[in-house]
Amino acid sequence: MANNRSICPLEAKDLSVTLDGKEIINIPSLQVRPGEVLVVMGPNGSGKTTLLLALALLLKPTAGTILYDGKPVADQSSVLQIRRRIAVVFQDSLLLNMTVWDNVILGPHLRGIKGEEANERTRRWLERFGIASLAKRPAKTLSGGEAKRASLARAFVLNPEILFLDEPFNSLDAPTRQALIEDFQGVVHETGVTTVMVTHDRNEALALADRIAVLMDGRIRIIGTPQEVFAFTEDEKVAKFIDVGNVLRGTVDSQTGGLARVKVGNLEMEVVSDLSAGIPVAICLAYEDITLLLPANQTVSSARNRFVGEINKLLPIGSQVRVTVDCGFPLVAVITQRSRADMGLELGQKIIASFKASSIHLIPHQKSTDIHESGKSSEIDSRS
Amino acid sequence: MDLLIEGFKQAFLLLIQGDPEMITITVLSLIVSLTATAISLVLGVLLGTAIGLTRFWGRRFIISLINTGMGAPPVVVGLTVSIFLWRSGPLGFLHILYTPQAMIVAQIIIALPIVTGFTVATIQQVDAKLRLQILALGASRFQFLWLLLREMQLPLLAAVMAGFGSIISEVGASQMVGGNITDQTRVLTTAVVMEVSKGDFGLAIALSIILMLIVFAVNVLLTIIQQRGKVQ
Repeated sequence: MANNRSICPLEAKDLSVTLDGKEIINIPSLQVRPGEVLVVMGPNGSGKTTLLLALALLLKPTAGTILYDGKPVADQSSVLQIRRRIAVVFQDSLLLNMTVWDNVILGPHLRGIKGEEANERTRRWLERFGIASLAKRPAKTLSGGEAKRASLARAFVLNPEILFLDEPFNSLDAPTRQALIEDFQGVVHETGVTTVMVTHDRNEALALADRIAVLMDGRIRIIGTPQEVFAFTEDEKVAKFIDVGNVLRGTVDSQTGGLARVKVGNLEMEVVSDLSAGIPVAICLAYEDITLLLPANQTVSSARNRFVGEINKLLPIGSQVRVTVDCGFPLVAVITQRSRADMGLELGQKIIASFKASSIHLIPHQKSTDIHESGKSSEIDSRS
Repeated sequence: MDLLIEGFKQAFLLLIQGDPEMITITVLSLIVSLTATAISLVLGVLLGTAIGLTRFWGRRFIISLINTGMGAPPVVVGLTVSIFLWRSGPLGFLHILYTPQAMIVAQIIIALPIVTGFTVATIQQVDAKLRLQILALGASRFQFLWLLLREMQLPLLAAVMAGFGSIISEVGASQMVGGNITDQTRVLTTAVVMEVSKGDFGLAIALSIILMLIVFAVNVLLTIIQQRGKVQ
């Protein structure tokens, strides 16, 4: 979908927004590729919404340039012209005090699209989002999910070149949210619209993103495909925020032909890594990569690391359970409810946590946290 | 008690017979106050929107001035307008003192801060994100203002009610700049004051009843519109 050789529909250079003397965002470079869904992920207060508003030309940056189709946005008249080529969906549905139909057709009317074309588009998108029967209802009487569908229809009816979304599914209950994400996913796929979405939700990002940019303290810490971001992040803070799994602190104790022994407290684990002895590291290990075994029922496996511990927390999450095992350091594993029942896991029970040396991703502890493209570790190494 | 009963009896007869003087006074009152309300509405909404949407040095001071103006005593307004329109005053060349135009000017000055103040307060209450949403839909500056005012129509009706109520019932300014001239500048409030001073309570009561009915009718109408909007 992404194509580096074509002109970026949207690009920001040296973008900075300062409010009341405080720098909210500082983005040296950001490119949105044609047809991609770029999800900007960040914790509350990281500057996500500010970045989105600046990119959508709804907030004037303090410094820097925003380019649409390679051309810098210059004066006020071009701002209006560009705004008429994009669409924005906010966290709140923000429908006006009129009927659903009037809300959806308003955008085309404002942009000079009238008559049958506007009517036809409005009908089509109301139907696509399953709210055609609500067309005559006053928008203020809609439920949260219905209002969100109306606001999405209001955006897509504009046939935007770029769609901006600010945590659009945030305030919805879980089933409504899931249904809407699935519908939205389908529509984005059908239309191929270039999309920039900000969210703090990891699962939303994973469900929708072609690329993920992690924004923390107003700076993009990492940008890449979901696989790159989740598997190869070089930043411990990012790893914790995106919840890559267990993040432990340790030090490389020895190095033998690409296999490092890493000391965590008084214990050691083996990790596939080229890092030299003496380097302090953050050890990232996905919950799903840990296998739990009953001490009485050990099986032979290729996993190089095995730690005996005691279960000190069992947290059910839907059909799964998060099991925290104290092995001298805490390890969290995720297993299914059925596995828990089969193994008869209880609090205080002795258990073995096992994982492969290749499942672990090490982050040198004092890595640079500047902006970088995932995978280009040489850029980071040179500064660390 | 007899005075009261006699007064109401006389007022009832005047109302039934459609006394020509009473009708002239009522019509002039409506013309002056409705014109002043309409002009204040246009100017006040524009001014209030501009102040509500922009940030500039001295904005807070201007808003406090407007808020003070919302409670300005009509006699002070009447005095100021009289000085300006006096033959030797800065606007004396207009020669409109003791005319309905002068009364309209004075009533605009009374109603304008009320409408402006309501508008500023309403604009500030509109969700900032809703403003961004309207802009993001591709609204031009004019379209943006139109949609914003459309969203604010219910609170603005309250501004109209408050503005009209304040000027239809004021007497000080109308008396000073209009002069209470028969068939020319005599309105309901100035006529009531004069009839009471003459001891003609019948006409005074009849005019007061009309005044109350006008205020009541306008407010009932606007309340119905407002409540219909809320129900929707």
